[in-house]
Amino acid sequence: MTVPLSWYLILGAVLFAIGAVGALTRRNGISIFLSIEVMLNAANLTLIAYARQWESHAGQVVVFFVMAVAAAEAAVGLALFIAVFRQRHTIDLNRINLLRW
Amino acid sequence: MNVDVVVTVAKIAVVLGLLLQVAPIMVWVERRGSAMMQDRPGPNRLGPFGLFQALADAVKFLFKEDVTPAAADKPLYLMAPALALLPAFTTSVVIPWGPNFTWDGKEYAFTVSNADTGVLLFLALASLGVYSLVMAGYASNNKFSLLGSIRASAQLISYELAMTVAVLAVIIPVGSFHLTDVVAYQRTNTWNCLLQPFGFLVFCIAAFAETNRLPFDLPEAESELVAGFHTEYSAMRFAAFFQAEYTSMAALSALGCTLFLGGWSLPWLNYEGMGWLGVALGLGTLLAKVGVCMFVFVWVRWTFPRFRYDQLMRLGWKFLLPVALLNLIAVSAMTLAGWL
Amino acid sequence: MELLVFLIFAFLAVAAALVVVAHKNPVYSTMALVFTLFSVAVLFILLGAPFIGVLQVLIYTGAIVVLFLFVIMLLNIGREDSQIAGHKAQLFFALLGAVSFGSLVILALSSLRPKVLAPLTPELVSLKALASTLFNEFLLPFEIIGLLLTVAVIGATVAARRPTAEESAATAAERSIETKEARP
Repeated sequence: MTVPLSWYLILGAVLFAIGAVGALTRRNGISIFLSIEVMLNAANLTLIAYARQWESHAGQVVVFFVMAVAAAEAAVGLALFIAVFRQRHTIDLNRINLLRW
Repeated sequence: MNVDVVVTVAKIAVVLGLLLQVAPIMVWVERRGSAMMQDRPGPNRLGPFGLFQALADAVKFLFKEDVTPAAADKPLYLMAPALALLPAFTTSVVIPWGPNFTWDGKEYAFTVSNADTGVLLFLALASLGVYSLVMAGYASNNKFSLLGSIRASAQLISYELAMTVAVLAVIIPVGSFHLTDVVAYQRTNTWNCLLQPFGFLVFCIAAFAETNRLPFDLPEAESELVAGFHTEYSAMRFAAFFQAEYTSMAALSALGCTLFLGGWSLPWLNYEGMGWLGVALGLGTLLAKVGVCMFVFVWVRWTFPRFRYDQLMRLGWKFLLPVALLNLIAVSAMTLAGWL
Repeated sequence: MELLVFLIFAFLAVAAALVVVAHKNPVYSTMALVFTLFSVAVLFILLGAPFIGVLQVLIYTGAIVVLFLFVIMLLNIGREDSQIAGHKAQLFFALLGAVSFGSLVILALSSLRPKVLAPLTPELVSLKALASTLFNEFLLPFEIIGLLLTVAVIGATVAARRPTAEESAATAAERSIETKEARP
């Protein structure tokens, strides 16, 4: 038996919601990053599911780009975390509040 | 019962059976080989030439106490050795071990998985190997182990990059990720190690780094880090790391032979059309090549001193990666010009 | 068969994602993320995108997540300490938002008739077709992505760079000159 499209979409939505909760509630910078990766993957899953639905490769190509952007994001973000850690000795985002009003 | 399923199960059985023999044989080769290079007899009490030494080692591993440190992170600590075996045994599904064979009037390739993604699948599965090292080092709660796993994570990423680029340079003139096509290409032309010597060099160096063998065994450097990431492990869990290391060496050697040294084929010999004899000869040829590569691993171990960590990083990023990229560009240009 | 594979890996993905979000120890979160990514990669292959699935394992789990682990261990980030207040309200609103978002999506989807996917065509699975789409229709975005990655590499190198010994010596010398000039 084949799996209906909507199941993939629901799975994508559930994963996205889980990731969103993590991104909003965690305070450790790296954990927020990890949650964002979950959200990106949920979006990727949806894209691939629609690519299958419409039998087009555009969705797969976009996922390929999303992966590249995620790699760039991870590289820059982690470099920033290392730089911040050198200055403040923490990456708890609630404590990095110098620029907050 | 479906014939395809039977054939696939048979192929898995053959490959798994071969891979399981690697560790015991290599234990003997490593110990006797080291002894030979250091002009001492080595283990010579059990059986002729100490051949049953591996058996004795296995018995010892089985009966030793399996210690889990009190401060260890138990779930990760127990999972790490199992995870080490996973990539070691799964990567070789894409290697063609011999010419195609016919069964029941249908032609089958002698690879377990004939997926379109071929060699990429190998690289993807091999890249999972780093997790067991990192997990083991982190979960042991030991500073030497942690240092070993930090080194492992940085080293494996750096050298994986160079290796992937070197492999891609082989794929470009072939135009297919199927390793069977790579072998076919080398049979019509010559071996890729002659066509792409720089790619071959990069691949070899990166292979030593990927398997944590000397001169790149920094994650387990015994003179600095006790035993690195597996310091706290004992008994069968330690043996699992050992087995994973030797098996991934064999898998990587098989990949290297397939990509650069003609795979199961020999020049001027045609195994195809010889039926089952050809399949056996192809398998024997590839195994002989892998055996030579494994001996080179041991040989290099007693020839080169260990790199310092900064030298390792400099070699990876400032020498291997540029060379691999230049090689890739050159190969692409030559393929475009029709020279390859 | 397909249903069974889907159910197993969907369950694994969701369970691991929950661990990613909920576990206090970032190393466990990262390890759980590996399981999520791997399960999603299996689903990609199930959906007829083997290349993307393999790339997901190769790039995401093989490189990006290892980078995360490397930084976690390098900075020795332990469990989160909850000394700062205001966390409860955040959690409440985040959960509210997530639940409402999730139910909205499920509602929207359940109003549609369940579409049964067409069987996989070799055209969709083939690498050649994907490559020709990538390098014809999407050539410009592809080049831009290459540029983006270059920029990211340079940016990361600059951001994480320690000042060299010469530079720190130079700033120290400047400071000493300034203090000397200010002294008289």
